[in-house]
Amino acid sequence: MLLTCPYCGPRDVSEFTYQGDGNRQRPAANSQDLQAWNEYVYDRQNPAGDHNEIWQHSGGCRSHIRVVRNTLSHVVSSAIPVRGDTHRRATERRKPGAKA
Amino acid sequence: MAEYSALSLLRNALSGNKDWKPAWRKPAPKASYDVVIIGGGGHGLATAYYLAKEHGITNVAVVEKGYLGSGNVGRNTTAVRSNYLLPPNTRFYEHSMKLWENLSHDLNYNVMFSQRGVLNLAHTPAQFDDYARRGNSMRHQGVDAELMSIAEIKRLMPAIDVSASARFPILGGLMQPRAGTARHDAVAWGYARGADRRGVDILENCEVTGFLRDGDRVTGVVTTRGEIRAKKVAVAAAGSTGRVMQLAGIDRLPIESHVLQAFVSESLKPFLDTVVTFGMGHFYMGQSDKGGLIYGGDLDGYNSYAQRGNLPIVEEVMAEMVALFPSLASVRMLRSWAGVCDMSMDGSPIITAGPLPGMYLNCGWCYGGFKATPASGFCFAHTIARDEPHELNAAFTLDRFHRGTVIDEKGQGATPRLH
Repeated sequence: MLLTCPYCGPRDVSEFTYQGDGNRQRPAANSQDLQAWNEYVYDRQNPAGDHNEIWQHSGGCRSHIRVVRNTLSHVVSSAIPVRGDTHRRATERRKPGAKA
Repeated sequence: MAEYSALSLLRNALSGNKDWKPAWRKPAPKASYDVVIIGGGGHGLATAYYLAKEHGITNVAVVEKGYLGSGNVGRNTTAVRSNYLLPPNTRFYEHSMKLWENLSHDLNYNVMFSQRGVLNLAHTPAQFDDYARRGNSMRHQGVDAELMSIAEIKRLMPAIDVSASARFPILGGLMQPRAGTARHDAVAWGYARGADRRGVDILENCEVTGFLRDGDRVTGVVTTRGEIRAKKVAVAAAGSTGRVMQLAGIDRLPIESHVLQAFVSESLKPFLDTVVTFGMGHFYMGQSDKGGLIYGGDLDGYNSYAQRGNLPIVEEVMAEMVALFPSLASVRMLRSWAGVCDMSMDGSPIITAGPLPGMYLNCGWCYGGFKATPASGFCFAHTIARDEPHELNAAFTLDRFHRGTVIDEKGQGATPRLH
């Protein structure tokens, strides 16, 4: 199986480390909602079909990649950097007027 | 007289072997049953067998989407052991071991259970200490375990490399002498025949495509062979658990489906009369009675429902085999295949009533489901018949993850690919 790293191009899957389900929503660090934490840690959709998942190019550029891969056929339909995502989410979370 | 015996062999030989009955019937589905079991693999068939035998519930159907035993019961590497550290696991798997020891007689079907031992190799002093601790835990609970020295290991397996210059020198090992192997297909066929003779209907090529509901309550299944009503619906679908539960509207479970490969070599003369596991990677190997070496290693490491694996694991498994047994470098691999494993979040199984009323769930076997087959069926049947768990599966609940009572044998946390 090949994964296409957005920075390095197509590489063998053995260069990557699997980080699991990319749909999970981590609660805010100070959240006391136990149910939300339990769901984040333990519950998975585990679809047979397209799966949104996180990989790290640990044997290469070490960047984290958001991949959509079919769990029946292993066809990869998208592979984009996670980085843009987290930057955007951090900006959205920042309170207006707070220091960057 | 037992259906299969030396006498019946003789009698059927004299009549030209024309009078053997098929091991199980091919009935048409009835409109309703007391219990419908989804999944005609080892666990589903064993559940049906023990429902009939232990609880007298015979109005039961086992529905299987393919042919009987086409899933993991025919894809595993056949090892049977009960060498666990944590009491809930040790007790459960030891009960399974006791059922294995009498299984051929109980089923009147030779499952070729061979107690040839399973040896875990240690390669560091810390690992050896850890094995001693696990061995002590096992012996406390009445399970056999013995630490082995390098000399004893070399005597048991002359081909193994125990030299100090090996890539990962061997320091000793933990042996469970009563562990061993069984013929996996025979286990499926034996349970199928045992259940069938007690009145259970085994419905092959009957895929579940939906559930019949009355509000929350599950009242039956929709299949490719029509609707079947049932007072109780039990799910024993292993790697397909997620797909089946999705049909019931349960879209999140503490389960990930991963793919595990297995391999068999060309036939060799008697080479290895035990099952051995490598301690500095993940590798295990035994030799079948036909002479083929049966071996495997780690999961491929990512969610997959494809019953085939990728090449990096093939290379890793072969490298580990040659590290232990350099003389096998020139042996040819005959076949490889893969099965889909229902990896739970703590590496331990789930056998429980629920999560919906009228439904029962058996899953999370990771890649240890085969050895559990008898106890899994035994405990699941008890749970279905009595609507409460047997004491041996009381800890294997679905809500243990949210309640903080996980049974994490390896201490890996909620990372299914590492269990």
